[in-house]
Amino acid sequence: MSTELITQLGYVVASGLFIFGLKMLGSPATARRGNMFSALGMLVAIVAALLDQGIVDFTWIVAGMLVGGAIGAVAARAVAMTSMPEMVALFNGLGGAASLLVGWSALSPDSGTVTLVTIVLSILIGGVTLTGSLIAYGKLSEKIGSGAITFSGQQIVNSLVVIGILGGAVMFCLNPTDPNWLYLVIGLALLFGIMAVIPIGGADMPVVISLLNSYSGLAACAAGFAINNNALIVAGSLVGASGIILTQIMCKAMNRSLSNVLFSGFASVSNEETVVEGEIKPITADDAYYVLEAATNVAIIPGYGMAVAQAQHVVKELTELLEKNGCEVNFGIHPVAGRMPGHMNVLLAEADVPYDQLLEMDEINPRMETVDVAIVIGANDVVNPAAREVESSPIYGMPVINVADARTVFVLKRSMASGFAGIENPLFYKENTRMLFGDAKESIATLIREFS
Amino acid sequence: MSGAEYLLFILMLSIFLGFELINKVPATLHTPLMSGANAVSGITVVGAISLAGTGSETMAMWLGVGAVTLASINVVGGYLVTDRMLGFFKKKEG
Repeated sequence: MSTELITQLGYVVASGLFIFGLKMLGSPATARRGNMFSALGMLVAIVAALLDQGIVDFTWIVAGMLVGGAIGAVAARAVAMTSMPEMVALFNGLGGAASLLVGWSALSPDSGTVTLVTIVLSILIGGVTLTGSLIAYGKLSEKIGSGAITFSGQQIVNSLVVIGILGGAVMFCLNPTDPNWLYLVIGLALLFGIMAVIPIGGADMPVVISLLNSYSGLAACAAGFAINNNALIVAGSLVGASGIILTQIMCKAMNRSLSNVLFSGFASVSNEETVVEGEIKPITADDAYYVLEAATNVAIIPGYGMAVAQAQHVVKELTELLEKNGCEVNFGIHPVAGRMPGHMNVLLAEADVPYDQLLEMDEINPRMETVDVAIVIGANDVVNPAAREVESSPIYGMPVINVADARTVFVLKRSMASGFAGIENPLFYKENTRMLFGDAKESIATLIREFS
Repeated sequence: MSGAEYLLFILMLSIFLGFELINKVPATLHTPLMSGANAVSGITVVGAISLAGTGSETMAMWLGVGAVTLASINVVGGYLVTDRMLGFFKKKEG
């Protein structure tokens, strides 16, 4: 059996393991083993690649793998779960950069036109993914302002960049020996990644990192075409499909189209007026305790504010006390709560909340009428009843968690400032809503002290 | 059958398979799904390995070495952090 054949068979086995691992990610009970199968697949693929007889010198391969592996291992151990969105954004960027480099180094004087086109594609997608992800990383980690950056003539500049990329790409395919066209395409792709992400605000970041996740896969796919490698194509398209599905889920959960997220900042719609009737009714932690003590069914709706206040551990403690008191406690998690898909679930799982208590929006909403107390922690737009009731509201039509259907709603909130989108929330003025002002973590700690 | 049309065939099948599989991943696991996807997109390391091992110290080789390094960060970091996260997910006892 030739080495070439063994390598190819290794890629087949690896692809099978990736697919099997992904299938096992379908349930939290098997997900961890699924991830291990996927990792095993990667190991098989790497060993298969190392068998390649074209390799004459392993020094730099091993050096690169050791350095990269060490950085990855340290990062994976050190990262706090609240910072997962940044880490995923950064890793998307690295994936894009790797594909850019693979495409670039695959270029040889005797590349045919089809290969040249795929090389350009992997460089383009990789480049856009790299800088786009770095900007997303900067916004998520608040190293740069998380707001949308817009300026007049932005559309025109972007159009020029796109035209430049297309022109440069065509010229490169016609004159592959002139590296200047290649440099032009690389430079413009990097620029376009920046231009594409700066006009997108922080609240839309879940969509952006999902999309960049997909791009990092598509870039790997394009690189696979450039170097004729099946493993890259299979793995890349699985990642591409995953990112696209998550992007769709996020857009649907915000009732916005992808183009609306990408091309128009939220700012343009936030100045509409919503007339709200009723008054704000604050509650003290003492009184909140008496209500909770009598409750038999509590739903907790967390938002990004919970992560900011680092309140997930005290929330878990409160959950335990309520359960000891004979109360049923569930969590209602909106798809866009947090800064990336599933972010709240990971934070709560880290705080030891069992995953069967984490309910999706469609599971919790029908139960809301039987809930005695719904506790909203650091969430705003995802519980805004204006999305159902006020047709002029910019978020009208967005699916929300119907906390107002519960007997009583507690809203834990620092102050009356409106949410990220700058939209007034009529929930705060509802008859059955009580506002528990203050830092979420401290408010819950006070409740816990009352219980014990 | 070889060349681009064969690769396109594989591409089409894997995209459909990917859509089917990922639609079944529950929302609870979307963050591990994304970090796991990061790890899988590190598959570029496989392509980069042969480019980095030519032994000729040309630009193509150094680009390959760079790609090996970056993709290795993705592979190792992605799988480890996904494993760490999935370790948090526990069922309610009793």
